[in-house]
Amino acid sequence: MTLLAVERIKLFSTRSPYWCSALALVLGVGLTAIIAASTDNGQLSLGVTQFGSSQLALSVVLVMAALAVTTEYRFSTIRATFLAVPNRTSALVAKTVVVAFIAGVLGEIIAFGSVGMAKLLSPASDLAINTSGEWRHVAGVGLLYGIGAIIAIAVGILVRQTAGAVAILLVWNMLLEGLIGIIPKAGVKIQAWLPFMNANHFLQLGGDNAAEQAGAGIDFKLSQWGSLGYFAGIAVALLVVALIVAKRRDA
Amino acid sequence: MIEAVSLRKHYGKTKAVDDLSFVVRPGRVTGFLGPNGAGKSTTMRMILGLDTPTGGDVKIDGKHYVELKQPLRKVGALLDAKWVHPNRSARSHLKWLAVSNKIPVSRVKDVLEIVGLTEVAHKKAGGFSLGMSQRLGIAGALLGDPEVLLFDEPVNGLDPEGILWIRQFMHRLAGEGRTVFVSSHLLSEMAQTAQDLIVIGKGQLISQTTTEQFIADATQDTVRVRSPHAAKLREILAAHATVTDDSVSGSLVVHGIPAQQIGELAAENQIVLHELSPQRGSLEEAFMQLTKESVEYHAH
Repeated sequence: MTLLAVERIKLFSTRSPYWCSALALVLGVGLTAIIAASTDNGQLSLGVTQFGSSQLALSVVLVMAALAVTTEYRFSTIRATFLAVPNRTSALVAKTVVVAFIAGVLGEIIAFGSVGMAKLLSPASDLAINTSGEWRHVAGVGLLYGIGAIIAIAVGILVRQTAGAVAILLVWNMLLEGLIGIIPKAGVKIQAWLPFMNANHFLQLGGDNAAEQAGAGIDFKLSQWGSLGYFAGIAVALLVVALIVAKRRDA
Repeated sequence: MIEAVSLRKHYGKTKAVDDLSFVVRPGRVTGFLGPNGAGKSTTMRMILGLDTPTGGDVKIDGKHYVELKQPLRKVGALLDAKWVHPNRSARSHLKWLAVSNKIPVSRVKDVLEIVGLTEVAHKKAGGFSLGMSQRLGIAGALLGDPEVLLFDEPVNGLDPEGILWIRQFMHRLAGEGRTVFVSSHLLSEMAQTAQDLIVIGKGQLISQTTTEQFIADATQDTVRVRSPHAAKLREILAAHATVTDDSVSGSLVVHGIPAQQIGELAAENQIVLHELSPQRGSLEEAFMQLTKESVEYHAH
């Protein structure tokens, strides 16, 4: 608990988490507002309210989580951290827990905020969250952010530089996994096992607009919750590798 | 007490620290002296568990740093004053350090007062001058009221007032029975600060002794003697001291006996002297003499 308190103090005594959270909120909810405003009243469905949160805002959250580690390396406060807490694994796990938790809460705020914004701008549309699938589609965004934050922190620990870590995360999440689909035949099969694709699969809402959603057209071998477990497993595996490297490396 | 036993740190073929053994005793200020690049900071990082030694061992009161439960209560260190997030206030910086080692947060106010930063406690550390950053670093080192203190080049970039303040401060800490280990590349600074000296060059121990002894050894009297009967004089002096020829001026350079005694010896043997001049090297010269072999980068 002590270490969690330490990481909380560290995170909230700098400005970047506030800026990143605000930006994620504006982008996530803002995109929903644009979609809602450009769709005829009554025609908006729940499935399009989470484009902003699950794609655009997610990238900002990944950057925020990576920054929580890379700025420590940038300003060498990681050394001050390891002097105060020589058990590097505990220190870094505490940081991961705090950042992932904050990312998760932010994800819920953005997801439900987006639904709220859609209701406000398109009151006649049916945007009620009733089925378990609909709940997963909206509330699941928080889980996506929390696990995404773990991946971002692991990459941050391994790369140690803000520019490098951010580039890797954005290219991976926004470009690479999508582009692999271009490879004839094999591409789609590979995509079924890519982490962010599985994360999108977890959020997928069946029904009318399934084809419009991210990850459509890929034949996933896992159930939706299985996909989430797979995404989480990869995040944890990456983190373990990062922790081992951090422990061995000279600080 | 800090004890290093044949400590080594190699980066590929470069031997940053090579077979270094020393002991830092409590109740005294121990200077860690060596030219830039001698391995002082690397050694300090190994003491603090930041870098893993290639070989050998270093312990603080019989324990590795990483084994300490609440290390800040045992060891306070200032390795680099810039290890602070520039957007974090001095107070927040000290607060997270305190919380991490279960030190009462009220202590933050005390240490800020000790180093004289109370008025800027809420200002961002990024806007601090080097002198203020050093003071913040020292505040961090004092937070846990530790028995062992390590300072790496603490007077770098400080004004004379700040230097005096740090010097007196370290003496006070040692006077309280703490172990104070401070590095520097300036012998003149160490001569006024440290009671014991550990001198290294190219990662190897050159000497471990008291400062007094080190200065006495290093500035041992040298006397230049010129005489028309140089050969005879040389023979006589050789029985009492080390004599070397200065081929340029044709004079003799005598180590080990004072000018007075040389004059007396010459008179006894009825030798005419044309010159008899004591050469007292400065501390810095003596230090450079000692570490000449081990300086990594020379200016030619």
